[in-house]
Amino acid sequence: MTGTVDFLLVSMILANLWVLGSSRLPSCIRALAFQGVALGLLPFALYPGHITWDLVMLALISITLKAVVFPHLLKRALLEARVDPQVEPFVGHGVSLVVGVASLALSVALFRRHPLPIVPPSDLLMPVAVSTLLVGLFVLIARRKALTQALGYLVFENGIQAFGLGVLKHAPLMVELGILLDIFFAVFVMGITIFHIRRAFATLDTLEMAELRG
Amino acid sequence: MGAVHLLLSVLAWNDPPGGGWLGLDALGRVFLGITSLVFLAASVYAVSYLRDEPAGMQPDMGGEDPFSNAKESVFVGCLLLFLASMTLVCASRHLTLLWVAIEATTLASAPLIYFHRHRRSLEATWKYLLVCSVGIGLALLGNFLLVLAAARGASGGAEVLWLDGLAHGPELDPHWLRLAFILLVVGYGTKMGLVPLHTWLPDTHSEAPSVVSALLSGALLNCAFLGILRAVQICAGAGQATFAQHVLVGFGLLSMAVAALFLLNSRDTKRMLAYSSVEHMGILALGVGLGGGGVFFALFHALNHSLCKAAMFLVAGTFLSTFRTRLVARLGGAIHTLPIAGGVWVAGFVALSGTPPFGLFLSELGVLRAGLQVNPWIAAAFLASLATAFVGMARVVLTVALGPPVLVPPVRESWGKSLPPLALLALALMLGLSVPAWLAEGLRQAAALVGVS
Repeated sequence: MTGTVDFLLVSMILANLWVLGSSRLPSCIRALAFQGVALGLLPFALYPGHITWDLVMLALISITLKAVVFPHLLKRALLEARVDPQVEPFVGHGVSLVVGVASLALSVALFRRHPLPIVPPSDLLMPVAVSTLLVGLFVLIARRKALTQALGYLVFENGIQAFGLGVLKHAPLMVELGILLDIFFAVFVMGITIFHIRRAFATLDTLEMAELRG
Repeated sequence: MGAVHLLLSVLAWNDPPGGGWLGLDALGRVFLGITSLVFLAASVYAVSYLRDEPAGMQPDMGGEDPFSNAKESVFVGCLLLFLASMTLVCASRHLTLLWVAIEATTLASAPLIYFHRHRRSLEATWKYLLVCSVGIGLALLGNFLLVLAAARGASGGAEVLWLDGLAHGPELDPHWLRLAFILLVVGYGTKMGLVPLHTWLPDTHSEAPSVVSALLSGALLNCAFLGILRAVQICAGAGQATFAQHVLVGFGLLSMAVAALFLLNSRDTKRMLAYSSVEHMGILALGVGLGGGGVFFALFHALNHSLCKAAMFLVAGTFLSTFRTRLVARLGGAIHTLPIAGGVWVAGFVALSGTPPFGLFLSELGVLRAGLQVNPWIAAAFLASLATAFVGMARVVLTVALGPPVLVPPVRESWGKSLPPLALLALALMLGLSVPAWLAEGLRQAAALVGVS
């Protein structure tokens, strides 16, 4: 199953680069959905011997949320708030791509120098997880729109979830569900907030929100 | 509802349920008690508060940009969800469940902060959502690293996340454990408002309706502190208590110093209270970091601080609805206009600055003594920050209460709004005069659970 695992992990990397390099918001949202599918399928490829009904259910819920519901919510926020679909980065797309690749190299080097106390199911898994997490944080910082910040948060969460996959064969079902529920509500609340931001400020540019200081 | 919750909490104090995913240990009991008390006061206040809020559009503080309120039903619903998630924080026996609960508190409170629908509260809500969600995401990563640290142990991996068998001893790999602890402190510390992760706190506390500010400061910050204490418990169980304590002393001193400097320059009543919360969270972290008697006094401090700070925020809310401004420059003579609220305001300041006969004096003295035993310089820095904060707060509080009056005729105060802060402050005063034996015993058990020496 290494072939499948590598395929899914490379898909995640590609989705990261896609988010970093794309200049249109709808395209970024599609990249997020794509990453969601890859992440949702990962447990099956990583632990082919451990497929249970719980796991299948969980994967289904996870994929539905990450590939259908979240993109839909973000898109609706995009449409209803009539946001200009340009990404408006602080840091240009070229540099962003370099950062994305650098984060991957850094993560690989990190795990070379500090080997894990466990044998992860795939050599690539941990570096990809950490790199995804870093890319998410980078998007959060380097893009101006509130919507892209929410997007960055979701990429960040994907990275953490992938990391968790390497550490825990399967967390207790209740915990996984709780985490998913939390992220779901986070996106939900963020979507609503984005809508209000657009109405109150007539823009989603977070630089405009700078009244509170001191 | 608040009363029912308090009643249940009292029952739970005497007969802690346990086992499985949920259960109350001595620590959870203390924090549940605090949450419950503050919630009761805030909910009583909220009844009159919501009654007095005008329906429809109302002018903004500065006069520009009229705004309306969110629906009351949504507000009350989120308030109850907020209480439920904080209760879950106190009762979690599994670290990931704790994480889920703390994240849930963020999400339940975000709509509360955006109750007044104007641009400033929206900005605060967005900041709060993002900063806390990302911070708490890091704490989840910390949980996973804990599992890694335990991977070589006999029981292997995921068992470490249960809070029941904490004596892991040397089974945990120290390097990964330290990394996990740092991530957990950064994650939950964001929520608790430790400098330099506190950036959301002053904005959120100042823009939220005062009832919500009282809950955020009095209950939510403590819940996040409980998250950090759980991490300390694990470190102590694995023989890494010293490392954890050093980290906490650093964060504590930094928080106190920075908050004290911001307090010197505050122009806004609620922002001042928010920075004072940052300062007191620093004291909590410092107390636990110093160890010894410091832990006991940190917990006692958490209780007292919650009572006083909630009272202060409620009073600040009364000022806001009477004078329609939070700016110190436009406030004055509150003690003439609103005798009860103004009195509570001054008394609350006396309490918060750690003056006898209030409970905070005892706890700050206890932390100071612990500091002197460890390192006199820590004690000196602690005292310097306290003094700076005192000067900063005194200026604001005394101007507001005793300065030249802006509204001369006294306004009639409703009991619904003045009773809750009075009661909270009276409790804090009682705690300063004598600590009941059952409470001292409960706190001692809780401090012993933390496990640092």
